[in-house]
Order: sequence, then structure tokens, then C-alpha cells
Amino acid sequence: MTTRIFGSGIRRREDPRLITGRASYTDDIKLPGMVHAAILRSPYAHATITSIDTSEAAGQPGVIAVYTGEDTDGVLNGLPCAWLIPNSDLKTPDHPAIAKDKVRYVGDAVAVVVAESRYQAEDALEFISVEYEPHDAVLNPKEATQDGAPQLHDDVPNNVAFTWAVAGGDAEAAFADADVTVSDTITLQRLIANPMEPRSAIAQWVSQTGDLTLWSTSQNPHIARFLTSVVTGVGEHKIRVIAPEVGGGFGSKIPFYADEAIAAFCSMQLGVPVKWTETRSENYLITTQGRDHIEEVEMAATSDGKITGLRTTVYAGLGAYLSTASPGVPTILHGLMYSGSYDIPNISGTVYGVFNNGTPVDAYRGAGRPEATMLIERLVDLMAAKLGMDAVEFRRMNLIPKFENGHDVATGLTYDSGDYHATLDICLNAADYSALREKQAKLREQGRYMGIGVSTYVEICGLGPSQVAGAVGFQGGLWESAIVRFHPTGKVNVMVGSSPHGQGEETTFAQIVAHEVGVDVDDVEIIHGDTDLTPMGWGTYGSRTTAVSGAAVTLATRKIKEKSKALAAHLLEAAAEDIEYEDGKFFVRGSPDQAKTIQDIALMANVAWDMPEGMEPGLEASAFYDPPNFTYPFGAHLAVVEVDPATGEIDLQKYYAVDDCGPQINPMIVEGQVHGGVVQGVGPALWEGVVYDDDGQLLTGTMLDYALPRADGFPDIHVQSNVTPSPHHPLGLKGVGEAGTIASTPTVYNAVMDALRPLGVTRIDMPFTPEKVWRAINSAQNGA
Amino acid sequence: MFPAQTEYHRPNSVTEAVDLLASNEGAKVLAGGHSLIPLMKLRLVAPTVLVDIGRIEALKGIEATDGGLSIGALTTQATIAASDLVNERAPLLAEAAGMVGDPAVRNRGTIGGNISHSDPASDLPAVLTALGATLKVTGKGGDRSVGASDFATGLLENILGEDEILTSVSVSSIPSGAGSAYVKFAHPASRYAVIGVAAIVGVSDGRCSSASVVVGGVETTPTRASSVESALLGSDLSDEALDKAAAAVAGDFQGDAMSDIFASAEYRQAVAAVYVRRALAAAVSRAG
Repeated sequence: MTTRIFGSGIRRREDPRLITGRASYTDDIKLPGMVHAAILRSPYAHATITSIDTSEAAGQPGVIAVYTGEDTDGVLNGLPCAWLIPNSDLKTPDHPAIAKDKVRYVGDAVAVVVAESRYQAEDALEFISVEYEPHDAVLNPKEATQDGAPQLHDDVPNNVAFTWAVAGGDAEAAFADADVTVSDTITLQRLIANPMEPRSAIAQWVSQTGDLTLWSTSQNPHIARFLTSVVTGVGEHKIRVIAPEVGGGFGSKIPFYADEAIAAFCSMQLGVPVKWTETRSENYLITTQGRDHIEEVEMAATSDGKITGLRTTVYAGLGAYLSTASPGVPTILHGLMYSGSYDIPNISGTVYGVFNNGTPVDAYRGAGRPEATMLIERLVDLMAAKLGMDAVEFRRMNLIPKFENGHDVATGLTYDSGDYHATLDICLNAADYSALREKQAKLREQGRYMGIGVSTYVEICGLGPSQVAGAVGFQGGLWESAIVRFHPTGKVNVMVGSSPHGQGEETTFAQIVAHEVGVDVDDVEIIHGDTDLTPMGWGTYGSRTTAVSGAAVTLATRKIKEKSKALAAHLLEAAAEDIEYEDGKFFVRGSPDQAKTIQDIALMANVAWDMPEGMEPGLEASAFYDPPNFTYPFGAHLAVVEVDPATGEIDLQKYYAVDDCGPQINPMIVEGQVHGGVVQGVGPALWEGVVYDDDGQLLTGTMLDYALPRADGFPDIHVQSNVTPSPHHPLGLKGVGEAGTIASTPTVYNAVMDALRPLGVTRIDMPFTPEKVWRAINSAQNGA
Repeated sequence: MFPAQTEYHRPNSVTEAVDLLASNEGAKVLAGGHSLIPLMKLRLVAPTVLVDIGRIEALKGIEATDGGLSIGALTTQATIAASDLVNERAPLLAEAAGMVGDPAVRNRGTIGGNISHSDPASDLPAVLTALGATLKVTGKGGDRSVGASDFATGLLENILGEDEILTSVSVSSIPSGAGSAYVKFAHPASRYAVIGVAAIVGVSDGRCSSASVVVGGVETTPTRASSVESALLGSDLSDEALDKAAAAVAGDFQGDAMSDIFASAEYRQAVAAVYVRRALAAAVSRAG
């Protein structure tokens, strides 16, 4: 017990089973009598269904049933949207699990076949005849709002699902009075989340008891239970949702999908368990995507380099229907972050949420914050260039000075704590920034184009105070709960409502318990992902699990400690105030040799042979933690690239990440999160992006076309950190799951644009594929 | 993924395999599976009969021949890349085989399957064309030999008859004193060649005595860069000479350059000159 467990980079206990392929995922589960569903999907992005004939499919070998939207109509309720942002005129058109009259994106469910095997179900799909009357499709979120654009939903004019605004200060005056302004249009292309495990669901309806069990690849099984109840009409108390091992989600496993509802419907119709698992091709078509922003943005500043204002007009594509959380992503999680890490007194932004004929868009790692950070960091670089200032010096002048307990920004948020100059300095020192600039100047003389990009970001994590959740229209709370249960032997189970799926909380939560009451970390087991076994919680997303659920674990463990003290006092025949605690031992002040260990206490509490009067037996505590504020991790990232002007190829040569997520429970896991996040954020800058053709057909439908980042595209990522505790969190934690993704896209974007500046290139749409870069160079050089 | 139903055969000899192909219309040969299986998973192809030649030992292995090499069609890219014999006699082929896809692909994918698929973005067709390889094809009517440059006839099309299997590849050793190189602009997702340049340059008394340069990935079949070769022959191989030769590749494209969402025809043809230049520099540096 001499090793300090909090802050120790112990190995993740999850990893042996995960990396040896022995973990059990939803699709690995085989239930007696289980049958298989395959879903027929629309080949058109926008069409009216004129007829469906399933008779031939119904007669195929092994086929048990074929259902269409006519069968589910009136039985299943529409899929609900759970983030109804206020003051936005939000429209919530019906989203049936199986389309009945109209399809609105390639992949919209049209019919389902249930068969004895998946192969038989897939084969039978080919025998369903559907006649469509195709309509024009629209994908570009700005074009979709124009008069004359194809209309997706009858009751949503110009496809505008909502108009949301944020304002602070007087942006109009700031721009009117500005010495200097810069503007740009930034496109954040659609991204596919690409978890290693595709989505899967098994529904088991037991008609004798009226119980519905759903095994589901969910990041938030308690929300899934609630929404399953809404859609099926089965009471929450009769539904159990189990998220077994979940192989990553990156936000795409937050929503409640048509497919889960269809599996539940089929099982309730047939009385047998029904499994549905998406293929990778289906994942690309139907699982929610990220981003899809067109951002028209401008910044105002004084001639001596003080930012005075920021204005935005953002067209955020939502896809064909509202997904579970989609309205909140480009608004609350995006627009409220427009100040970034800078002191910007005047801000005004308008966000149009726009239906388009693509896969529904929802949270994807960073969710709204990468889209905000991108526009701020780009404008900061543009402004520095226009003022003839070094981009770093310009940042330094405008960063919010160090604060330890609250700083209000113009959008209305109160950041918890920050030391932005510190992370910037650490980053610049690590990279030897001035030497890099010297090298860049030398290379330019040789006709070589090296670029240096910096991003000083802040993000919003630890979602969040439930009162705020209610105020911004989230149809739920955002607290978490935990139960800590000591067994007679001193071993511990911790039940949490959050649902980690790769983030490592089975390890870090055990570290918290070990840190708080001195048990061996290996004596603590974390139980999650099953609504019948765990207390209520709102799930794992938004870098909130360690920050919020971890706080609940901390508070519950502290209750254990208090009870242990009282019991120790009784057993040691002393007053509770005379009991001291150290390293898992309770003793009377001055007599550490007469200690009761936490294991002694656990045994006595469980057998209850000698309890103080009025004390209940057992050693178990639960805690509910509703955070008083969000947390605001931050940092500074720097990238070095070289662009080959002959081909447009970009070589990412160096990457430095300095993040401040508060105290670190496990620095190895923090570093892993930063690595993964950086890679996932560089992807859209250099390689990744969904491409649809004009008819709404997905052209990047496989991994042969959709370019995910690969290890050989990266240099070693230099990771460092600083520690600025959150003033309001029991452990000072902030969260780190999305930091890398938020910072790295603008870092690399800025580096490439810095490299191309002497060539006269002013803008390129992401991803910066070689041909786009090559064309931008050529047209700049030809004066086009 | 869930391919359509298919009848599966695993013959033990080439004769048996050819008989199966001849008697089953629409049958497809399965070797390493790295071209065919992905198409079957997407149900883009649904062969009624699969003839798995993967266990025919006679099709595996690399042998020295008089003046070169003979490589069985079932030999994997990984085996070719690691072969001392190939590295010694046809280092260009070993280099390119080591750049196909990724390690998992190279461990399963075979030279015969790669060539028989006739994917223009594949690495080996251009390399075998540059090496002047001879492909042996076996069918009901017996064996025939085809030059590598005559094998592919278009996008995913070649001279193989319904009952024929590519059984081996013969390559001559590169001339002594020659240097070779394969350089590739890999697609970031698929790692297929957006542009792949195979170059063999012979040097004698400081001048170019022989040149074979072939560009893959740009057109539907490998493009022999005759203009580049002519410009090189007899030149002093100086930087200026290589610049001039590489630029000449623009004249070698036949007008059927491919275009996709990642790289347009215009871009491929323009950037091919850069890759030709890199290939020439590497080949020349290895000569002697």
C-alpha cells in the first residue's frame, strides 16, 4: 500500500481480454431459439414508396416473417429526439423506424426479413419488390435552405429544423468600430465514426412475463431503456438493457436507432429472440455521422492586436431525421464555445439546423467543440497574418489570463479554471518554436514549404449540471450515481450507471476507490452496462464519465470511509473524532499499532456481531453526483508539416500535445486518450471525409475509399501535460476523452495553411488531399 | 458480411481445377481471396461455383531458371518480397511485392490472383510489364505463354479464358549493372497505386544503356513510358537529363486515364512525371 495509486499509470485491466480477442460483444451472444433479422434499405436518397411486395420473400427458405412500415405503423412509436433546444422554433418531424411513404436517405429502412439464419435473411431481401418514385436530393446544408431546394419533410419549410442564436456583448458595434476584420468560410465535412465494433442488437421478449431484454451496443443503456420504452410502449420497469462489451462508439452509439426498435418489434411479434447486426457497409450508410458544417465566420480586432468581436453563420447538416441528441450538438456544445480560450467581448452567432438527404448526424468525438475550435483557431491565424503578427504572439495577447475559480465569457458560460499561457509555453518550449521558425525561413529560401500550426483550445466537458440540461432542452438529467459495496472479505464491487466502452474506467474507478479507502486496486471490481445491475446514470459521452461518474464513485467511497471511521471508533472504544485514517487503516490518534484495517471493518460490518447502537449492518454506500458546473479542459498543440508543391502531398513531421485535464488518475490512460484523439482529429484535416454524389449516393461506402488515419501517417506524438484542478470537482478532474480530437484538426489545418502562405494559397476545403492542395497552389500561382 | 450462396470446390491439381472451370459456367477461381472475397461480401459478384486453388502445392514456390526466375501463381506477395532469389535477380519485383497493401494482404494475396484480377491500380502488373515477364496460362487446351504487357485488355479484363488459370510467372534477371526501383503514390485508404512507377535503368560508361519504364494506376492498363525510355537512352543520366526524361511521360498516356473522387485524370497524369522522376533517380542510384 506504499505505492500511490492515484496518479499511477497502471495497466488497464480491460486490455488482456480486449487485445486477445476474448471479450464478448453483443454479436457474440447466442440465445436459445434466436432468429436473425436483415433490413432492406432504400437505394434512393429521396423517393416516395409507391408499392412494396414482400410475398416472394416470405416464401424463401428459412424465412419466418417479413414486415414493412405498414406492420410497425401504430405499433411502434416514432423515434424520439431527446434534445429539444429552446428558443429555436425546433421542428421534430416524424421518424418512423421503418419508412412507410417516403424514404429520405440511402439506408432508410424499408422492410425487415426475419429468418432462421442471417444468410437466409440476406438472401430473402433480394426478393422484396419495392417501387419508388425518386425525387431530387440535396446534401449541401446551405443549399438545402435555399428556395426551390428539394423538401424533405412537408412541415419543415426550407428544411430548416431550427434557427438558434447566441449573443454576448455588441458584435455589430465591434465590427463597425473594428480596425481590422478577417473572414472565411470553413467546411467541416461529414465524418464516419468507425468504431471497431459495428452496432448490434438482440431483443428478447418473454410474453409470459411481459419482460423485454435488449442487448445493445449502447454508450448509455439507461437512456436506451427509457427510449425503448417510449418507442415500444413497454414500461421501463419491464425492460432490461444490457450493453456487454462495446467496441468503441465515438458518439455513434449514443443514439437510439430504428434498428433496435425493429429488433424489439420483431421479437414481440414472434416471441423469440431476434438478433440484428449491421455489416460494415450498413454502418457507413446508417450509423450517425459527425460534423457537416458550413461556417461563414468573421473576426474583428484592433490594429494593435486585441480581438474585439466574432460573428458566425453556421449551416449544420442534420441528415434526413433528427437523431437522439443532434439539435444540441451544433448549438449548446458548439455556439456557446465561440470565445474559445480568448477574451472576446462581443460575440454573435446564428446556427441553422438543416435537414439534408444524408445519414443522420449526431455527436462524434468532440461533438460541436471541434467545429467551434476550428473556426476560432482559423480566424485567429488569419487575423495574426493580416496584422503581420506571429500567430503565437497574437494568441498570447488574447488568451484569458490565468484564473482559478471562474471566468465568465461573452456566450454566458463560466469557465471553471484555466492557465492557458502555461500550456502554450510548455508546448512552445517542447517544440523549440523559435528554432522551428528559423528552420522554416531557411527552407523557404530553398523553395521548400514547411508549415507550423498551433491551436490553443478550451473545451466543455463533464456534462453537466442537470438544471442546465433542463434549461437547454436536454430531455433528461446529466448526473451520475454509484453504489460501492464491500463484501465480508474486504473485496469491493462498484456499480455505476455510466457505461465505459474502451475508456478504461474499470481501471481508473478502481484506482479512485483504492485511493480513497486504501484497498488494493485489484480488490475492486467495476460493474457497468446493465440496467438491472447498475443504478441510474446518463451514460458515457462528452468526456463526462471520469468527471461525473468518477465523482459519484468518490463520494460513495467517502461515505464508506465515514461509516468505517464510526465503526472503528466503536471497535477501538474511542470517540469518532479521535480516529485517524491512513493507508487503509483506522486507529486512535497516537496508536497506529492498534489499527483496524478497512478489511476488518468490512468483515465486522457484514457479520454485524458488534455494531454501535443505531448503525445499520453492511458496508455499502451510494452517491448521486450532479455537477455544479461543467469542466473546461484546455491545452496547446503544435504541428509541423512539409508540403510538396509538385504533388500537393503533405508530410506530417512533428506533433506536440500539451493538455491540462486537471489531476490525472492514470497518466498512461490520459496519454492514450490524447494519442487516439490527436489521430482522430488529424484524420479529417488530411484524409477523412464522407463524399456523396449529387443524387445522395455514398461514394465513400467502404474503407477502400474512406481514408481513416493510419499509424504510418504519424510521427511520434509528443505528449505533455499541466495540472490545473477544477475548483468544483471532488477530485479536481476535468476529462480528456475528446481533447486531442478538438485540438488537432485546427492545429494541422493551420500548419498546412502556414506552409502554403508564401505560395498565396488562402483556403482549401478539408480534407487536404494532395490533388486539392496541388490545385490550390496552381491556381494561386496562376493568379486565379 | 454475407455473400450469396455458392458451390465450393477445392481441387488438388491444376487439371482438376481446369476441369471444374470448364464444366461450370460462371465459376470463379479463388486463390488468396483478397480481390474476390471483398467483391463477394458486397454481393457485387455472386459466382455460382468457387474453385479454390489454394491447396495446389504445385502452384507455390520460386525457382531459379536459366537467366531468371519462375514463380508459381500461388506464391504470396510476402514470400516474394522476402525471397533472396527474387531480391537478387529481380529486385524490382521484390520491392513492389513488399509494397502491396499491408502485411495482412501480403501474407494472403498471391501474385497469380493479383495479376488475374487485372486491377489497374495494382502494383504488380506495371512491374511485370517493366520486367518483360512471361505469364503461363493453363486451360483445357493445354498451356500457353503470354507477355505481361499483353495480358490485361482493360479495366478488370484480361485474356484469360473461362477455363484458364494463370499458373506461373517467368521473369528474366535484370541486366548486370542496371538499377531498378518501384515508387508508388498510394491511395490513403486502399493503398492501391494512384500512380506506381516501375523503372529499370542500365548504365554503361556513365550513359544510359537500357531503360524500361512503366506507369501503373493512371490508365486502365499499365502504360509503357516509351518517350521516357527514348529520352533516357544514351543520355548522361544527369539531373537535367532525368528531369527531361520524366517530363516526357506526358506524351505516353493514351487518353484513357482514370478519374475518381480522390484523384482526377488530369492530376494523375501531371503528377506521374514527378513519380517517374523519383523512380528514375532511385533506379540510377542503385545502378552499377
